[in-house]
Amino acid sequence: MLKNFFPNKILSISNNTINSLLFLTIVVLFISLIYALILSPPDYIQGDSVRIMYVHVPASFVALGTFAFVGIASIFNIIFKIKFLPLMTKSVAPIGLVFSLISIVTGSLWGKPTWGIWWVWDARLTSMLLLLLFYVAYIFSWKLIKNFNKANKISCYIGIVGLFNLPVIKYSVTWWNTLHQPSSITLSSAPTIHFSMLIPLVLMLIGVILYSLLIFLINYKTEIMKIKIEKKKK
Amino acid sequence: MLAKKVKLRISFLFFSLLILFVIFFLILKSLEKNLVYFFSPSEIYLNSDISFDKKIRIGGLVKQDSVEKKDTIVEFIITDLKNEIIVTYEGMVPNLFSEGKGVVAEGKLRDKKYFIATTILAKHDENYMPPEVIYALDKSK
Repeated sequence: MLKNFFPNKILSISNNTINSLLFLTIVVLFISLIYALILSPPDYIQGDSVRIMYVHVPASFVALGTFAFVGIASIFNIIFKIKFLPLMTKSVAPIGLVFSLISIVTGSLWGKPTWGIWWVWDARLTSMLLLLLFYVAYIFSWKLIKNFNKANKISCYIGIVGLFNLPVIKYSVTWWNTLHQPSSITLSSAPTIHFSMLIPLVLMLIGVILYSLLIFLINYKTEIMKIKIEKKKK
Repeated sequence: MLAKKVKLRISFLFFSLLILFVIFFLILKSLEKNLVYFFSPSEIYLNSDISFDKKIRIGGLVKQDSVEKKDTIVEFIITDLKNEIIVTYEGMVPNLFSEGKGVVAEGKLRDKKYFIATTILAKHDENYMPPEVIYALDKSK
């Protein structure tokens, strides 16, 4: 199945597969949004503004996970020079950019009624903004550098340097005093979020991941097609 | 063609330097405030060289039954269950400000026991529960 990602096979991921994934994504997102925005209970302190969390947390999770993929793929790219890796990272970077933007915007919308302020320079928020900038730098390096090999190298460096930011983001609420609250879902202890809220949160996360996968496949196919067209021109 | 290449390089340099500048600015800015968004009352109490004319932030829990309102001035105690500090603030507190819940106050120290706040922020903890669960918990106490 992994072989399907190789350039010669990717175009065989037929439009049917993509359409099925699109359908599945719409269904999951529809169900989880109804659950999250209407059916789930309000919070005992925040009231209905807790529902912003159902968008904010999955977006942040995907923004972080996507950059982890970009960073690790960049490492492999530098070492092994696998040709389709930069095509994959190019396809996935805009997704990460959009979701880190959504994370920051929804976070601010939540912060104003809860904390009383739109933005603070605490460790969590600042490191997330840094992540956003790394995405911008990564995408810009591909857009502005015309030579493929040069762009490849520079974007890999950006991806690798940005990798160091990821544990900072994750542990910022643990290592330092921050205004942003600590993690509710950890590997070491029971979740501090009630199951009636945890379930829609997980559903939204699945929906967002499916959506990201869909966009990634469409982008990736496009990248491969671009290369094939380039080759035919020569 | 050369002009285009030069233009491209200039724009790339400009944007990368801009982003690098912003990145370093952010790093320096956060390092400047020592990456710690607020001090706890214990950290204030134990710190020997705290300055009394620098703006700092103190965070903790609002001590139960400590909130007093006199006209527009609110006085309460921030505690971290080991040490506490008295805070005065003139103005409107945020909606989620309440006793027993987290708070971050920004302002200046008058002395080690007294803090004059210019901004109050409510801090949310990591617990998320529907109201029914809280009623059930309160009832069982």
